[in-house]
Amino acid sequence: MYWYSIKSMISRELLIAVRYPAEVLNPLVFFLMVVTLFPLGISPEPQFLAQIAGPVIWIAALLAMMLSLDSLFKNDFDDGSLEQLLISPSPIVMLVLVKVITHWFTTVFPIILLAPLLAMMMQLPDEGYRALILTLLLGTPVISMIGGIGAALTVGLHRGGVLLSLIVLPLFIPILVFSASAIEAANMIMQYDGQLAMLAAMLVLALVTTPFATAFALKISINN
Amino acid sequence: MWTWYHKLSSPKWFYQLSGQWLPWIACAAVLFLGTGLVMALAYAPADYQQGNSFRIMYIHVPSAILAQSCYMMMAVAGGIVLIWRIKLAEMVLKCIAPFGASITFLALVTGGIWGYPTWGTWWVWDARGTSMLILLFLYFGVIALQSAINNTSGAARACALLSLVGLVNIPIIKYSVEWWNTLHQPATFKLTEKPSMPMEMWLPLLIMVVAFYLVFTVVLIMRVRNEILEREYKTNWVRKLIDPSADRSIKSSVKNGGE
Amino acid sequence: MYFDSFEAFLAMGKHGVYVWSAYGLAIVLLSVNVIAPLLNKRKVVAKQQARLRREQQKRASN
Repeated sequence: MYWYSIKSMISRELLIAVRYPAEVLNPLVFFLMVVTLFPLGISPEPQFLAQIAGPVIWIAALLAMMLSLDSLFKNDFDDGSLEQLLISPSPIVMLVLVKVITHWFTTVFPIILLAPLLAMMMQLPDEGYRALILTLLLGTPVISMIGGIGAALTVGLHRGGVLLSLIVLPLFIPILVFSASAIEAANMIMQYDGQLAMLAAMLVLALVTTPFATAFALKISINN
Repeated sequence: MWTWYHKLSSPKWFYQLSGQWLPWIACAAVLFLGTGLVMALAYAPADYQQGNSFRIMYIHVPSAILAQSCYMMMAVAGGIVLIWRIKLAEMVLKCIAPFGASITFLALVTGGIWGYPTWGTWWVWDARGTSMLILLFLYFGVIALQSAINNTSGAARACALLSLVGLVNIPIIKYSVEWWNTLHQPATFKLTEKPSMPMEMWLPLLIMVVAFYLVFTVVLIMRVRNEILEREYKTNWVRKLIDPSADRSIKSSVKNGGE
Repeated sequence: MYFDSFEAFLAMGKHGVYVWSAYGLAIVLLSVNVIAPLLNKRKVVAKQQARLRREQQKRASN
């Protein structure tokens, strides 16, 4: 029975992404611009860029994601469909998870697709590409899911945007640390399975815990 | 056991009991803090390598310990808020955060002041300092969320959830920061940790730790009592308590300060 | 007593500035934390009393 609501939720999310491409494109452009600032601001020297390429792309992706996370529940909250969702008989936790994953797919996946291009511009060594993509694929869903808790907590607030970044950015530090070090290891042609395993572990942990927290946070926010 | 628990969670009961205890705890705090300060500053011998700058440890270490356990207590209060919806826990949660943030700040700054004469730099990206900084960010997040939500109990519940999420993340953050630190920095900047501190060195530390906890208790009780007066206005006992016509001593204080 | 004289106590063997600024900051921060709720209590009580008085006046006029 709730397969239907899950399916309708996915198609609805995809439809919104198609109807309002700005929601998808704006973070993407932001991502591109932020990365461009680094060579301009620090140094365009290829060797230096190669060194910072991985972390810079990661941080830029993180900030771009923060922009799009703000809108994760906002529109649904404004038009009242979030309330409908919470009182619907379908399991809320499941629907929240589906929503976060769909949102990740529509807004973050394009960022990952764009990442190799930026990596090329940032002179990332050839060895680093695989690590960059793998860490992004493993790490960004965790960020979406933890960020989802923050987005749910701040959904009804007027000054939600900055507040959201403030409360969730510290929680992203482990992901950034392991991702950046995996890319660095890859650049030096070293093993980085350990870092990937850590990221995968965090992904699993986030997958089983965050939907509950997000659903709970939504209930709190609705009652405010 | 459970009746005791419910009694403890009633604001009225807490207000009365804490009112009786507060002077004693405050006296103990002053006593411990005074003794600790004198011992730390005047009686503890100087470190054979760091000289007298090591006396900053007696501020730095207690504040660092308290900063971490404050977050723990805040998260525990958060758990109680979410599970049992106890009003008193909501107030405790709200009142811990600012103190926790200021004591974390103290730990960071004294760390810097200690680091400069010892290592020649105000700030190093070592594992402990960085974890402390992130802890400060976590406190800022809770305080910001608290102040952004107007609904009192909604704010408490949101902060409760956030502090619990933070608590789950703290070990992961700590582990990742330590791991990051071993990658990027050979551990040259390490405190000279001696296996056994002489008694006259660790006794002041112990006293200072107790003193900091006592000060924390005093501040927390005072803040929670204010919060009770603020939020329990509708109850009869608070009205009676603040009613100027019921009590002459308060009445005179109102005439002096109120208008 | 570890120090020979009061001057030595103040100087802290060249580290006086650091030690005293750290302790000073600690005292200031702790006192602010203690004084703030004390001041706040006065404010809260005055506010609630004013509220109570308003309500009593309202009831009396009715």
